[in-house]
Amino acid sequence: MSAAWRVSVDPERCIGSGICAGTAAQHFRLVDGQGTPVSPTVEPADPVRDAAESCPVEAITVRDAADGRLIAPEP
Amino acid sequence: MTESQQVSARPYPFAAPDRLTVDSTYAELRRTQPLLRVRLPYGEEAWLATRYHDVKVVLGDPRFSRAAAVGRDEPRISPRPIGEGLLSMDPPEHTRLRRLAAKAFTARRVELLRARTQQIADELVDGMIEAGPPADLVERFATPLPIQVICELLGVPFADRHHFHTWSEAIVSTTSLTPEQIDDYLQRLQGYIGELLARRRHEPTDDLLSAMVQAWEEHQDHLDEAAVVRFAAGLLAAGHETTVTQIPNFVYVLLQHPTELARLRADLSLVPSAVEELLRYVPLGVASAFPRYALQDIELGGVLVRAGEPVLASLTSANRDAEVFTDPDRLDLARDPNPHIGFGHGVHHCVGAQLARMELQVALRTLVTRLPGLRLAVPEPELVWKSGLIVRGLVALPVAW
Repeated sequence: MSAAWRVSVDPERCIGSGICAGTAAQHFRLVDGQGTPVSPTVEPADPVRDAAESCPVEAITVRDAADGRLIAPEP
Repeated sequence: MTESQQVSARPYPFAAPDRLTVDSTYAELRRTQPLLRVRLPYGEEAWLATRYHDVKVVLGDPRFSRAAAVGRDEPRISPRPIGEGLLSMDPPEHTRLRRLAAKAFTARRVELLRARTQQIADELVDGMIEAGPPADLVERFATPLPIQVICELLGVPFADRHHFHTWSEAIVSTTSLTPEQIDDYLQRLQGYIGELLARRRHEPTDDLLSAMVQAWEEHQDHLDEAAVVRFAAGLLAAGHETTVTQIPNFVYVLLQHPTELARLRADLSLVPSAVEELLRYVPLGVASAFPRYALQDIELGGVLVRAGEPVLASLTSANRDAEVFTDPDRLDLARDPNPHIGFGHGVHHCVGAQLARMELQVALRTLVTRLPGLRLAVPEPELVWKSGLIVRGLVALPVAW
């Protein structure tokens, strides 16, 4: 298990469904209607992965902060 | 606002639905009483949120719960209590169940179905043209299109459509069916899909039901079979019922707005934004449903909502809020930005939203291009609207072209 994850949201893809903020309220919030990570780097946590897997437009990407390996979403 | 210290709850819905007209009471409430005490035909009293931003808080903030509604006498317009299911769950249980299918409904995966959807739409219009006008758009186009698409996606035989389409009414019925009929139809629908799922376990095929079975087997310790069957049944029913209703609603609205329809015909690049605007403009639900229960005291719309109190959030009202939408009662097919919440908001945001968008885009584009003279074949007052359902829609839409 890696020590940290890097979380990003593609604003071009985001449709503001609010699923991420509802799934992982500690890690995402809506800013001007757009999903936004609370912090770009987080400790590994299931809700963060769940949010990325649940995004209907796959706007969220979670990567290992050390080596850039894709954690979520699954292709 | 001393008047906001209201003693008695107001009966809700405020009036019987009138075609696709939005009750003007919502606009008045957004101005004067954004959180209103209401009493529905069944269940306990509730708050009704009508402003866009408050509605999004109720639907998006995890301090408001659907799971907390279980065991409560939920405010509702249907005599039958709202059953178990995805819409009565919170994360992380809700997330685990929804993820069994959510992957198949991402924008990327849905895009792969567009060409096939177009082919189905073209074949249906071919049939209409061959038979000649007039035709009932509900029967000839709006019903078979989403049913064939969801059948192929899930792996459900199209030949069984008459059965499961009949049973699917149970998920949108308030009084059109008796509570006993609703139970019976839901059981039949779940029995039917349960059998298809069981078969996939032994003979996996290349469809969503098989993918769900496989994903479920990997997470068996967390998910019980009954919940998976209910979810799959919900996908089949909700996966077509709403789009079947919305295609005629959209066409009806366009025919009532000839200038906007002409604009769309002249510029087909407007199809995606036209679909978004129609999703905003059409008040699909007859009333607000599925109240969220406050898990703690929360200040909302100038009122302190107490822990344990239910709050209804009106999508219809939010989509007409002038704070967010300029000239909100005007249909503008090029509206941009258009942050409507026609598919809801938060974790329960419609799982099939991207599929519905694509289908609605294909439907509009096909009808507008292939039936350029599309018009009502009967005078508007003769159109018959459905009743006893949570959604508004036409029984039939006779058209000529």
